[in-house]
Amino acid sequence: MQEYSNGHQVDLTTRLGTLVLRNPVITASGTYGFGEEYAAYCSPSSLGAITVKGITPLPRLGNPVPRLAETPAGLLNSVGLENPGLEEFINSYLPKLAQLDTAVIVNISGFSLEDYSLMASALEEHSRPKNRDQARSGGIAALEVNISCPNIKHGGMAFGTNPKSAEAVVQAVKRNTTLPVIAKLSPNVTDIAEMAKAVSSGGADIISLINTLLGMSIDIRTQKPVLANKMGGLSGPAIRPVAVRMVYQVYEAVELPLIGMGGIATWEDAVEFMLAGASAVSIGTANFVNPMAPLEILKGLEDYCRQRGYHSVQEIVGLAHG
Amino acid sequence: MPEVLAEKVESMEELARGVFRMRIKSGYIAEEARPGQFVNIKCGDGMEVILRRPISICSVDRDKGTFDVVFQVRGTGTALLAQKRAGDMVDFIGPLGKAFHMPENPGRIAVVGGGIGIFPLYFLLKELKGVSGDIFTGDAFLGFRDSASAIMLDDFRQLSGNVFISTDDGSMGFKGTIVQLFGEKAAANGYDLVYACGPAPMMKKVIELADRNGIKCQVSLEQRMGCGIGACLVCACKTKKEDGWEYKHVCKDGPVFWSGEIILED
Repeated sequence: MQEYSNGHQVDLTTRLGTLVLRNPVITASGTYGFGEEYAAYCSPSSLGAITVKGITPLPRLGNPVPRLAETPAGLLNSVGLENPGLEEFINSYLPKLAQLDTAVIVNISGFSLEDYSLMASALEEHSRPKNRDQARSGGIAALEVNISCPNIKHGGMAFGTNPKSAEAVVQAVKRNTTLPVIAKLSPNVTDIAEMAKAVSSGGADIISLINTLLGMSIDIRTQKPVLANKMGGLSGPAIRPVAVRMVYQVYEAVELPLIGMGGIATWEDAVEFMLAGASAVSIGTANFVNPMAPLEILKGLEDYCRQRGYHSVQEIVGLAHG
Repeated sequence: MPEVLAEKVESMEELARGVFRMRIKSGYIAEEARPGQFVNIKCGDGMEVILRRPISICSVDRDKGTFDVVFQVRGTGTALLAQKRAGDMVDFIGPLGKAFHMPENPGRIAVVGGGIGIFPLYFLLKELKGVSGDIFTGDAFLGFRDSASAIMLDDFRQLSGNVFISTDDGSMGFKGTIVQLFGEKAAANGYDLVYACGPAPMMKKVIELADRNGIKCQVSLEQRMGCGIGACLVCACKTKKEDGWEYKHVCKDGPVFWSGEIILED
């Protein structure tokens, strides 16, 4: 192993097409609220980007409780897209998000193509000025199109498990925004590469994967499902090998930059996703366990690159192939 | 402000079968915590359970810089936590959540606790006593399954001249529920404020009794939590709204609520 005892600088800048981040560590939608909740533990200025809780056109109350079931090395959730709705998000949350010194990715979810179009165009005027420092805030940096939420009856995952409708949703968003569009894929499909090709045809600029795996837990005492909604999305280290496999497959199937996620808890996990082909990584469930996890992961990633003589963190992307 | 801390366990004591008092060194929590607040504790380092467990603070010792949590072993997480011994490190986030309302002039106060719900009420009585001194009169209603699970009675007796006890099987104190006992006294004793913590059916009845007798009432709720800081929205509870209801979140908007704010379901 080469020694770099004097410690050269590793360039952490991450370019996902036109979306430029100061580093490759992002927080995942639904695990990071609207950016404020974790600010006391983990400075937003140290993150590549924050992805906010999924927004729908109208407010949603979400599912009844229990919304959580813990399983080995993971958890099932069925929050059901509880959110204040588009209007309230723009009026009450976006101004505060725009103050954060990090890129803000807004996750949008809908029940029809019109929903997605409407949200994309409403959020368009809140995109950050193009002449500003790209890695900084001032507005929305990208839209993440959620076609993979397993916790709502219509829309959500229904769009993300059929290639034609996935393509159509991404197209609808693209027509109504100048922002980079991230398509978030569901792992609850037979052929993830086919879905990646579909959203790529639809005009997606970036692909993020994976959302949660549909799962269930039954209480043997009551003999009934633990979750009030019966089924929920499995996240946490339990799903990591599935996520790594899917990132690897999608990297070979499409040319688009990838944001990898699914059970990343340590810097070693993040390295694994980048070697599989992810240009950036998202941290989700690990935040609940350790609010400083994104910082520790970034530090480890940087050290790994420094020790191995890489000058840019992007040099390791996809190295597991070929 | 809550902080992520790693501190030493000072002592572990099994108060009743499967119920443990863990004393943790932390000047910060001892100084900052208010009755009703909780800490979110990491139970172990393995992968079997990864989420923290929210446990309410039972008391603080500001001179010694320690705080106590009392918890019952109910699953894998709490079983792991019960294995901690004095000298072990424990990782927690706190103090979290909204505290009980502390009246400037407490007047006539009652606390009604069921089972493991009694612990935050101990901290509350202790603080009220500390503020008001000898003039303070708080009645404590403590309900247990049986005499074997009736714990911290002496601790409560040091703070309150009137400690009423019920057990389901009658093996100690009144035979029946603590709500029955509270119901008998509520009207006669003219309480200004009642605080309740325990199973949902118990709290529902305490709220009914409080309403009927014109007593202000605060309750501390429990719900499965993910993050403990208001980000994941897992720990929803129904609250009243002008035109119906909405979900608030136990970790951030609670765990303490005014009885008029919430809608409890069976």
